[in-house]
Amino acid sequence: MEIKNKTKNRKPVINHGAKKDFPLLNKKINGKEIVYLDSAATTQKPFSVIKAIENYYYNYNANVHRGIYRISEEATVAYELAHKKVAEFIHCHQEEIIFTKNATESINLLAYSFQNSVLINDDFISLREGDEILLTIMEHHSNFVPWQQLAKRIGLKLRFLEIDKQGKLIIDEKKFTNRTKIVAATHVSNVLGTINDIKTIVKLAHKHNALVVVDAAQSVPHMPVDVKDLDCDFMVFSGHKMLASTGIGCLYGKRELLEKMQPFLFGGDMIRSVDCENTTWNDLPMKFEAGTPPVAEAISMIAAIDYLNKIGMKNVRGHEIELTKYALGKLEKINGIAIYGSTNAEERGGVISFNLQNIHPHDIATVLDKENIAIRAGNHCAQPLMRALQTNATCRISFYVYNTLEDVDKLVKGLEIVNRIFTISNKK
Amino acid sequence: MDIYLEEMMDHYKNPRNKGKMKKADLILADSNPLCGDELEISIKLEKDKETVKEIKFIGKGCAISQASMSILSENLTGKKLQQIIALKNEDLFELLGNIKLSVMRVKCALLGLKTVQKAIIKYETEK
Repeated sequence: MEIKNKTKNRKPVINHGAKKDFPLLNKKINGKEIVYLDSAATTQKPFSVIKAIENYYYNYNANVHRGIYRISEEATVAYELAHKKVAEFIHCHQEEIIFTKNATESINLLAYSFQNSVLINDDFISLREGDEILLTIMEHHSNFVPWQQLAKRIGLKLRFLEIDKQGKLIIDEKKFTNRTKIVAATHVSNVLGTINDIKTIVKLAHKHNALVVVDAAQSVPHMPVDVKDLDCDFMVFSGHKMLASTGIGCLYGKRELLEKMQPFLFGGDMIRSVDCENTTWNDLPMKFEAGTPPVAEAISMIAAIDYLNKIGMKNVRGHEIELTKYALGKLEKINGIAIYGSTNAEERGGVISFNLQNIHPHDIATVLDKENIAIRAGNHCAQPLMRALQTNATCRISFYVYNTLEDVDKLVKGLEIVNRIFTISNKK
Repeated sequence: MDIYLEEMMDHYKNPRNKGKMKKADLILADSNPLCGDELEISIKLEKDKETVKEIKFIGKGCAISQASMSILSENLTGKKLQQIIALKNEDLFELLGNIKLSVMRVKCALLGLKTVQKAIIKYETEK
């Protein structure tokens, strides 16, 4: 990849250089290259990530933490290095990174672990009937349903931070009370792209001794993130949204909290010693990583982070700001378009939601698909937010390192075709 | 543009049998949770109580779900409930002119037929 300054006034944009590193994006379907605008759902994978997975299976496939033989040791070293890489990437200690299946599992792990801790009456967390969990209305279902269900199981109340007309979170201080025990908020909205002020949320929550869980699935892949600076208690994200394989997710937790917490999944590898009555837990992070972990997937994280570091996360962010700015400018000129969220690219992630006339987003996505343009259409696993926006569904485009200004141009052309098809039949 | 054939677009923009009946024998609403497509159908039967006299529908959603309901409705008047129950997915696709639908969109196209069939099953069991 190469980083180019397009003009003196422009921030660095990773030009076509990045696209060539992604085999799928160089493939032609029906004679056309794919215009991939759904990276908020999952990202494409560079050669280096695919090679890393292949190399593991070809050359040192073995279970970790077990075998006293060369390839198992190699696998163990790589698996542990993956923790270290992720830790360095978000600026925490290696033991504070727990590998899960994905961000969703990380949040479920927390919800169940909190309940397990309450059940055995330890001093980690007290959750009494009537205590509150504070969420935002823009949460993805994965940072919503686990808390809603925990609340149902043990009699907690859910409260919500709402959004304003620009899709900005209203951090209402009054909603943080002494009954607030858990605050769960997304760092960047997967629908609106809104970047939330996590630091302020953390400060308010900590004033009331509440724990803060941050869903960083849409931030860690796209911008520099420093957990120690944010001071949140827990953070979750998924590997597949940052160039790595599916099946690997991360949970960051402050060490002193993870040490006190009860495990969620029980089994092999997470124990220190077992007798017929009792078990003592293994050290961090193994205490929370029961069973054979996703070794190849963890190794893919190493390659993914190396790739991102080579570009530099500041440049990744700068690239997406440029693309978002360009796209917002082009899109707002399209007849009948309604764009959701802030119009300031600096204030939002590389995610844009919109609707076109009253055409159903699925129809739009289907027409675009004929042009080999991949976008998301639907409720984006955020039905409470859709209700707040008073719509059933939106179209969503999202960018990553491999996207180019030409991708945006192709999208605009595609949307003009959509308009043409639906307007022609309007006249009939 | 095969999937948005003229006829489909015409039915989407000018749906046939759109509306609600006051005295219907069968009424049922259903939706496609993934897409949010919604339909409510009402059917009036002939005196024999087994032949469709009139069918109406209201709904919102994508062009495919609404147009395919409209096309289907034109073909149900005069049909016996048992005939409608026996309709297969392929029969509906044929009505739609065998347009190419992706796996994800097949559900949209089938919503109308499935809603009508559910309504009949409900009517038969409650009879």
